Amino acid sequence: MYVAVKGGEQAIDNAHKLLAKQRRGDTSVAELGVEQIRQQLPLAVARVMTEGSLYDAELAALAIKQSAGDLVEAIFLLRAYRTTLTRFSASLPIDTSAMQLNRRLSATFKDVPGGQLLGPTFDYTHRLLDFTLLAEGEFPGPEAQADAAVQDCPRVLGLLAKEGLIKEEQDTGAPVADITREPLEYPASRAERLQALARGDEGFLLALGYSTQRGYGRNHPFAGEIRVGEVEVWIEPEELGFPISIGAIELTECEMVNQFVGSATELPQFTRGYGLAFGHAERKAMGMALVDRSLRAGEYSEEIVSPAQQEEFVLAHCDNVEAAGFVSHLKLPHYVDFQAELELIRKLRKPSKEPAQ
Amino acid sequence: MNAATQPRPQPQTPRDEAYNFAYLDEQTKRMIRRGLLKAVAIPGYQVPFGGREMPLPYGWGTGGMQLTAAILGAEDVLKVIDQGADDTTNAVSIRRFFARTAGVATTERTPEATIIQTRHRIPETPLHADQIMVYQVPIPEPLRFIEPSETETRTMHALNDYGVMHVKLYEDIATFGHIATAYAYPVTVDERYVMDPSPIPKFDNPKLDMSSALMLFGAGREKRLYAVPPFTRVTSLDFEDHPFEVQKWEHSCAICGSHDSFLDELILDDQGTQSFVCSDTDYCAQRVSQGRAGQ
Repeated sequence: MYVAVKGGEQAIDNAHKLLAKQRRGDTSVAELGVEQIRQQLPLAVARVMTEGSLYDAELAALAIKQSAGDLVEAIFLLRAYRTTLTRFSASLPIDTSAMQLNRRLSATFKDVPGGQLLGPTFDYTHRLLDFTLLAEGEFPGPEAQADAAVQDCPRVLGLLAKEGLIKEEQDTGAPVADITREPLEYPASRAERLQALARGDEGFLLALGYSTQRGYGRNHPFAGEIRVGEVEVWIEPEELGFPISIGAIELTECEMVNQFVGSATELPQFTRGYGLAFGHAERKAMGMALVDRSLRAGEYSEEIVSPAQQEEFVLAHCDNVEAAGFVSHLKLPHYVDFQAELELIRKLRKPSKEPAQ
Repeated sequence: MNAATQPRPQPQTPRDEAYNFAYLDEQTKRMIRRGLLKAVAIPGYQVPFGGREMPLPYGWGTGGMQLTAAILGAEDVLKVIDQGADDTTNAVSIRRFFARTAGVATTERTPEATIIQTRHRIPETPLHADQIMVYQVPIPEPLRFIEPSETETRTMHALNDYGVMHVKLYEDIATFGHIATAYAYPVTVDERYVMDPSPIPKFDNPKLDMSSALMLFGAGREKRLYAVPPFTRVTSLDFEDHPFEVQKWEHSCAICGSHDSFLDELILDDQGTQSFVCSDTDYCAQRVSQGRAGQ
């Protein structure tokens, strides 16, 4: 008797040992190095850094190794580590128009100042399994030219703004809350919303963004610009009084252009949805931009009828660490509540002494 | 058998110095304590707090753990239960976490503990004034399953607008002849706020009323905490003609013979033979040590 709940400590220890064994796999095969993951699975590393809210490729790669490739688990590991870190400074706003571009495209103009740059992408690949990868071979690819001319690449939506065709974004100058330090309250500011979306699950945002394209909160998106590249991060320590660069991070930025029919007080103009992710993460940045725009429905007096437009629905459910935790807690024992339900359902099935009124 | 005369349990595990005492940094603990003071000052009111990401999954007790971390001192004696039992895997895991990060003494004996973190039960042994109960809460909002929007429910609490809850309970009676809520049964605290007592069986609700122990509730994922101070009126919602009543069993515990504790049902064989045992393992073990036995 009581087998079900006894022996918890030993069971936990054994489970951890079995997990370590499963992660390592066949020991006659060389162990995967963290540097290999970082170099050869950069898109997985980018996702873990983005949704883990910590730009550290080595730790993200470690988390991927430790989680045996379960990216949501890796995101959780990185987040739990991040909480323990001291915040010593907030950076100045990054300037993505000064990005060292690896890739840049606009679906709204055939040519833009600075040009389109296809860069490394799965787009236009034929999704045919490449069996040569089964054999271990080197394929170094083209070398970047160190002396390649760099042109100015102003942001595409900035060009529309010059003509007054797109709604200007205003910096209110209000202090920006940190949703990992203060509880999110509704209605959230756009800064808080964007933070939540940046940490949000790629699959969830992709699906919600997709739903707006299929008519659930339709807002006619165009990919105004997607750019991927390195941006310098600057901080301005109080004791120095001038900004210093602390390094560069790779980012993916997406600006969607959406229609707005105008109102009694405003002429029709374009509006924007914004997406930003660490590393090369286009699907995430695009999903985020679509959802950012749909969540602005209230701002543009659009009717709020679809899930992607409902702030509480989106923000409360977009975090995969929260979602995975709460779903997985169903694996915990619920004997007591289930017993209470058993007792109740037996009682409800008995003929009632006093008939229902 | 007074707690004060018993030798105090000593720590069994040295503290892991790589982490701050009880894991959370001092600023975070201070923030949580400020929240707790507010919660105690407004019994049953849900205080938003800057919940941190803990190294355990959301839904597995991160809210309770943050409260425990914020109030834990080196001299405390910690008991952790899940489903009333000290040796369920998640209770073991959380107890180990604090033994490691805070180096505190732990116990399975209810009277010995100064802090009891719990999921889904209140111990059968009456609590005393030197004890604090910390509840793990999945959904802190008692109105959530009637009104999904947080903006709406906060307004309803502010306006003392709990009509929908009574309508829901009335509909249960009209449909089933009984109120069809067996756990997480809503209560009114200090004649003001309607509160979710966490998913304890309604059997445990009366233990909240005028308890001498401080009751703290933490919801990590939802980033809310709330409290019932000692000696506070906690009444379970009901109607004059359908008064609140708790579960009763026709059976008694197969191990200790108790007739009045909450019993878990075990299925022993393919024929569905049932047996009932106490959900509170410490209460059951104490009764056995006093020579009580079941059939």
